[in-house]
Amino acid sequence: MTAVSDREQLNYIAGQAADARVNVELETEGMTLNLGPQHPATHGTLRIIVKLDGEQVIAADPVMGYMHRGYEKLVEVRTYPQVTTLVNRIDWLSSFCNEVPFILAAEKLMEIEAPPRAQWIRTILFEMGRISNVGLFLGEMGLQLGAMTAAFYAFRDREYVLNQIEAVTGGRFHPNFDRIGGLKDDLPKGWIDETKRVMSRMRDFCDEMEDLLVGNEIFEERMRGIGVIPAEVGLSYGLSGANIRASGVDWDIRRDDTSSPLPYRDLDWKVWTHPDGDSFARYWVRLQEVREACNMVDQLVGGLPSGPIMAKVPRIIKVPEGEAYVATENPLGEMGYYIVSRGDLGPFRVKIRSASFNNVSITPWVLRGVYVPDVITILGSLYFILGDIDR
Amino acid sequence: MSSVETEASEATETTEAPPTDDLRAGILAAFESELADGIADSHLAPGENLWIRVKAEAWQTTADVAKHKLAFTFFDFLSAIDWMPSPFGRYEDAEVDTPLAEKLGQPWDLQTGTAGGETRFQLLARVADVRNRHVGVLLKSDVPESLTMPTWTGVYSGADWHERETWEMYGISFEGHPDLKHIYLPSDFEGFPLRKDFPLLPRIVKPWPGIVDVEPMPGEEPGEGDDAAEGEASE
Repeated sequence: MTAVSDREQLNYIAGQAADARVNVELETEGMTLNLGPQHPATHGTLRIIVKLDGEQVIAADPVMGYMHRGYEKLVEVRTYPQVTTLVNRIDWLSSFCNEVPFILAAEKLMEIEAPPRAQWIRTILFEMGRISNVGLFLGEMGLQLGAMTAAFYAFRDREYVLNQIEAVTGGRFHPNFDRIGGLKDDLPKGWIDETKRVMSRMRDFCDEMEDLLVGNEIFEERMRGIGVIPAEVGLSYGLSGANIRASGVDWDIRRDDTSSPLPYRDLDWKVWTHPDGDSFARYWVRLQEVREACNMVDQLVGGLPSGPIMAKVPRIIKVPEGEAYVATENPLGEMGYYIVSRGDLGPFRVKIRSASFNNVSITPWVLRGVYVPDVITILGSLYFILGDIDR
Repeated sequence: MSSVETEASEATETTEAPPTDDLRAGILAAFESELADGIADSHLAPGENLWIRVKAEAWQTTADVAKHKLAFTFFDFLSAIDWMPSPFGRYEDAEVDTPLAEKLGQPWDLQTGTAGGETRFQLLARVADVRNRHVGVLLKSDVPESLTMPTWTGVYSGADWHERETWEMYGISFEGHPDLKHIYLPSDFEGFPLRKDFPLLPRIVKPWPGIVDVEPMPGEEPGEGDDAAEGEASE
């Protein structure tokens, strides 16, 4: 333990520099730093123009659109079953989770409900998507701070989950497995036992991450008290998911959406919150969420009901006239689709409410006044995926 | 067989679950007492959603009331809907050679959705109370001819980017927005892509290959294949 922390040292240096400037009456100019769009720390092509005064950020202006694909326009010329292929590519680390709210919204308009077994398998795959997505975050957060090992462990163990997803859906990244009225297929033989083994492995992985990172002095020093988002500010910007739970708001759509057909009510689980609202809280909440998701998958595969996996649906799917909004608790936060239907083969208008767009919109607020290295940790801890911002 | 089943299930549904929703009805009443004649129309789907359409003049007051008086502190999203039917059809059956100029400028009937509407463009936003009631409300507003609406950024900070996106995609500008500029598209982009009269060029240049899937069988009249399939399904 050193007597002076990094933060105090930086404060001291900044203070000295400010004094020196006053003393010699030098005219100083702010500096503009272009972070990205190809910067490795921005996970994709997010570009942030930061204006600096010394080491301190005065203003940050994110620039998006390097990956804008215009899904809201493209879905207007597609039929309902074709849409899932597109929305798979929104949050590409947990593609199946993108399909579910769209299918649920379409089912709501058509007034059909998938059979229980299909809903349970949906939930299993949904939670496995969460494990593979957020599990990667747990390691990648270490990478942002220079801890390479954690990232390798995360990539290694994510593979087990992806293998299980691939065994069911045939796709590692883009399953395109959810259908209006049910699922494409049932689970393969022997899958449930293997999944239980994988889940116990993922629990070990969570413990491993906790041992490696949480409590590490560098990790704590650079995460605790950095990038604090008060709950009211977060709500006003529309932060959702783990980001808002880390600010102490006890809200999870899985638990609180009483009209959802997904069987979360039948499971025994807990919504984790943290009062601090800093980068560390966001990491900690996600760590607990992965553990909770492992427990959920265990309960789900244990109590899987038997029966068909597909409801009776017409061969040509036409969705009756109407409007519906359905959101689910995706790994990155609230993901919802507002579908306007005109009784046609395809949707008239689809508004995609993706989590990262709102989560990143807070960056100009939260980055103001922080030091340059903290920009990386704060962005990392907000955890976004570019496809989810740009759509 | 299946039609009998669906009828039976519908009948049981209506008897078992009476369509009441005290929570959302209470919210609607609260909005009505706060905004009075600012509300143009509303629609309540019990247990699912609540739509409230407010007049354009009351758009900003609505946000104020929702956040500060009715505790809808969570800003979900803000966007718009263009109710003009697409002049290009659904592209699957678009004739490639029809000049675009002929398709554009044709008169069309305005047909709006839930909670009604009188203008081509409508704003659509959702705010929620995630702390206690865990319920959201969908707010709509007709956009006047001037295509200018008051901004929500003073009330919900998150509306900033959503309004930029709406302006970019629909050309609806927001009075009082601090920095209304392009968010996704390059700054010299012309046109408003999500408007229905903005053509999706790749689909016009080349017919959609998916059309092959619904080609009639040899000997069938065009369109007969679709009808037969539907009849079979609803049997």
